[in-house]
Amino acid sequence: MGEKKTTKKKKVPQWASFFPDFIIERDPEKCINCRICVKECSYGAHIWNAKKKELSEDHTKCVGCHRCEAMCPTRAIVIRRNPSEFREHAVWTPWFIKNVYKQADQGGVLLTSTGCAVPFRNYFDHLVLDACQVTNPPIDPLREPMELRTYLGPKPDALEVEIKDGRFRLKEPLPRQIKLEVPIMFAAMSYGAISLHVHQGLARAARDLGTLYNTGEGGLHASLYEYGSNTIVQCASGRFGLHVDYLNAGVAIEIKIGQGAKPGIGGHLPGEKVTEEISKTRMIPVGADAISPAPHHDIYSIEDLRGLIFALKEATEYKKLVFVKIAAVHNVAAIASGIVRAGADVVVIDGLKGGTGAAPTMFRDYIGIPIELAVAAVDQRLREEGIRNRASLVASGGIRSSADVIKLIALGADAVYIGTPALIACGCTMCQHCFTGKCPWGIATNNPELIKRLPPEVAYEKIYNLVHGWAHEMKEMLGAMGLNSIESLRANRDKLRAVGLTETEMKILGVKHAGE
Amino acid sequence: MEFLRGLSKDISGCGLSGVIHRKGELIPGEIIIKSICCQEERGNGLGAGFAAYGIYPDLADYYALHVMADHRKALEDVEELLAHRTYITHEEPIPTRRTPGIEDPPLFKRYFVKPKYEGEARELCADTEDEDDYMVSLVMEINTKIDGAYVISSGKNMGAFKGVGFPHQIAEFFRIEEYKAYIWTAHNRFPTNTPGWWGGAHPFTILDWSIVHNGEISSYGTNRRYLEMFGYHCTLLTDTEVVAYLLDLLIRRHRLPVEVACLALAPPFWEEIDRMPEEERELCTAVRAVYGGAMLNGPFAILFAYNGGLVGLNDRVKLRPLVAAEKGDLVYMASEEAAIRAICPDPDRVWAPKAGEPVIVELEPGVIPNQRSYLRGQGKRTEASVCRYPG
Ligand code: SF4
Ligand code: SF4
Repeated sequence: MGEKKTTKKKKVPQWASFFPDFIIERDPEKCINCRICVKECSYGAHIWNAKKKELSEDHTKCVGCHRCEAMCPTRAIVIRRNPSEFREHAVWTPWFIKNVYKQADQGGVLLTSTGCAVPFRNYFDHLVLDACQVTNPPIDPLREPMELRTYLGPKPDALEVEIKDGRFRLKEPLPRQIKLEVPIMFAAMSYGAISLHVHQGLARAARDLGTLYNTGEGGLHASLYEYGSNTIVQCASGRFGLHVDYLNAGVAIEIKIGQGAKPGIGGHLPGEKVTEEISKTRMIPVGADAISPAPHHDIYSIEDLRGLIFALKEATEYKKLVFVKIAAVHNVAAIASGIVRAGADVVVIDGLKGGTGAAPTMFRDYIGIPIELAVAAVDQRLREEGIRNRASLVASGGIRSSADVIKLIALGADAVYIGTPALIACGCTMCQHCFTGKCPWGIATNNPELIKRLPPEVAYEKIYNLVHGWAHEMKEMLGAMGLNSIESLRANRDKLRAVGLTETEMKILGVKHAGE
Repeated sequence: MEFLRGLSKDISGCGLSGVIHRKGELIPGEIIIKSICCQEERGNGLGAGFAAYGIYPDLADYYALHVMADHRKALEDVEELLAHRTYITHEEPIPTRRTPGIEDPPLFKRYFVKPKYEGEARELCADTEDEDDYMVSLVMEINTKIDGAYVISSGKNMGAFKGVGFPHQIAEFFRIEEYKAYIWTAHNRFPTNTPGWWGGAHPFTILDWSIVHNGEISSYGTNRRYLEMFGYHCTLLTDTEVVAYLLDLLIRRHRLPVEVACLALAPPFWEEIDRMPEEERELCTAVRAVYGGAMLNGPFAILFAYNGGLVGLNDRVKLRPLVAAEKGDLVYMASEEAAIRAICPDPDRVWAPKAGEPVIVELEPGVIPNQRSYLRGQGKRTEASVCRYPG
């Protein structure tokens, strides 16, 4: 590519700034000039003119996070979609036009956050669940026990039992397992990508719910070591903050090969987000970009993965389970089978809709396959190969409700990871600008002023409540299906029916059409 | 007003009955017919069946294949396969009689066979336990590959007789009163989620396992896919089939004691497990973690039998009835006490087994040929009511 030639003299117009996405509407009748909005907007979209004693707005800066609207004491602000319209065109929607403007203005890669925003078919919304009527009784979870407990880890195909003192005993103890009281874990979100407060909230919620949270690739802050028995530590290609105490800090180590939001590339934490605390935790200089390479440079093949799995097991004296996380890509079933054979205890599949703090828009939106299809294919493949018991299967990417969790388990997952729902529980409004590091809700930021907006106790309470509510809903749904234990739902695709799917889709999902 | 009869009846579920003589003495067929017919209201004429143990004493070393076929061609295909894969020592139609109300029955034939191994396998496998596995895969092959043919039982010295009709009709059709057995089980069916079809009637069997079942297995999808990993394929369009295969897998192949297998099928709740002493907790946790796919969820009462024992089991919250009774060497189990009292008016003891607690009754050691014993708890080999744990 040749060097770009620009004429520095004239001011070049910035097309993107002509057409803001949102309009900030301020009701002058209600506004009392308190200037809270100016303080709240970390993007500088509200401007106070001290001379004129007047508020004004720079719509182009607004990302639509709705913080100012929520904080305005007189409810004087409304954030609206910019009503200005381009001439309609089915192919050239404003999204594509504006993206071209942005790149024409700046060059470079389009960046975004959260998960895939393209309305590909959402299989969750084409699957319905069963319930008992007459021939067998639904079970009421308020009156009868209803069990969600799940054990993750490799299981033998058969048990051996012996008689000791007239009682049955296990001949060999079971390989190491992790007990989850609810099969919902918190997905890897690194300290750095999200604030320390959110991490603290996740850790505490995981402990009180009897489940696990995942440190992500940014190391483990000193204040979180006490939650070790509810922690999965991640080992990603950047190896940030990785030392033997870290590996030993949790109950499991997750090797991150890829993530659903951006399969095939590594993470990128911009230098602005690398504060003093983060630099200590990640073991990198303050202000330095933390860039994880696309591959692990010690894993160029499946044998190398095996090498790393066992290196980690050796380093932790076989006391920790090793998870391997991959993005759901075309060949996911064969890859998952290879991972199980390489010795992973748990395989994590992250689907197309999985979220992220920062990803190139093209990756977020167009790379990878939906988790529903991936889980169905992987579970089926591992069964056909007779190795399904050798590892547990964790699914993630695009879960929005307890029904989505139930559906993934019925398709074959042992447990799920949620990320985005936990952040929305903390107040995230899905503005998709986490990559800026300026999250006005204090979630995806390390700015010391901004993180104060979400104290750890609040994060804890909201996340705890969410999962508690989901767990209750899952029990209700199980009871309605006449099941009193989650293992009887696992891979029970008879409990699902498709509405409006094609033959091929139903074949992959292993479900019948409604009415069949 | 005929159509109103079916609608105004407010009954559902199935009826079960079973009886075992612990010394292996033979019980005439009339007894079980009387007991199951007493529970006529528990069925709707869409299925009934019997399993009998000890009925082929002269051919006790051969696998008795009861084959049901929709047409002659299916039977011919079965015979061709059997000629390749087994030594057939004897074959005959299963005796039946014309019975009012039974129209268009399928064809029934029985074959007494031994596996025919090829080449080196003969030395290695003939007369070993592998013969059972051989027969399982042969049965799977017939059921899945031969259109219109189903093996309805395949054990030694036992057989299943079943079809669409009320129990008295099926008994008459198969001339059940002409057989004598040391274990009988019987079933009266009220089909709900599966069609009324001869192959769908109970008992379900594989090798000498036979199951009669009242209930609906809500975990069917999980159980079916679990069994597929071990080479069992469900073809009979009903959920009970999985129970037969689960027992075969857990008890015969994985060699779990029958008590532990029952623990896997109807395990205690975690609440209860958490309160157990450590070693017991470890066992139960391992059983649940490893055999989660084998857990039967949903309301059920089942009776299962094998060459040597009869077991009654309820689901973990007891959503279907099961009553047991004993009188001398005879032990009875049925859906209703009335069905027991119809054939044993003054039992020594009558009790209702608790949720998830199996009643396991085995024959005294060495009273029949090819006797199997799966009860591995000490000193409890022949006792009537065994709790979930021995001792
Ligand atoms: S970015 Fe957020 S806080 Fe700022 S103006 Fe827009 S909605 Fe309000
Ligand atoms: S975490 Fe913050 S920046 Fe990211 S989408 Fe949510 S509100 Fe926006």
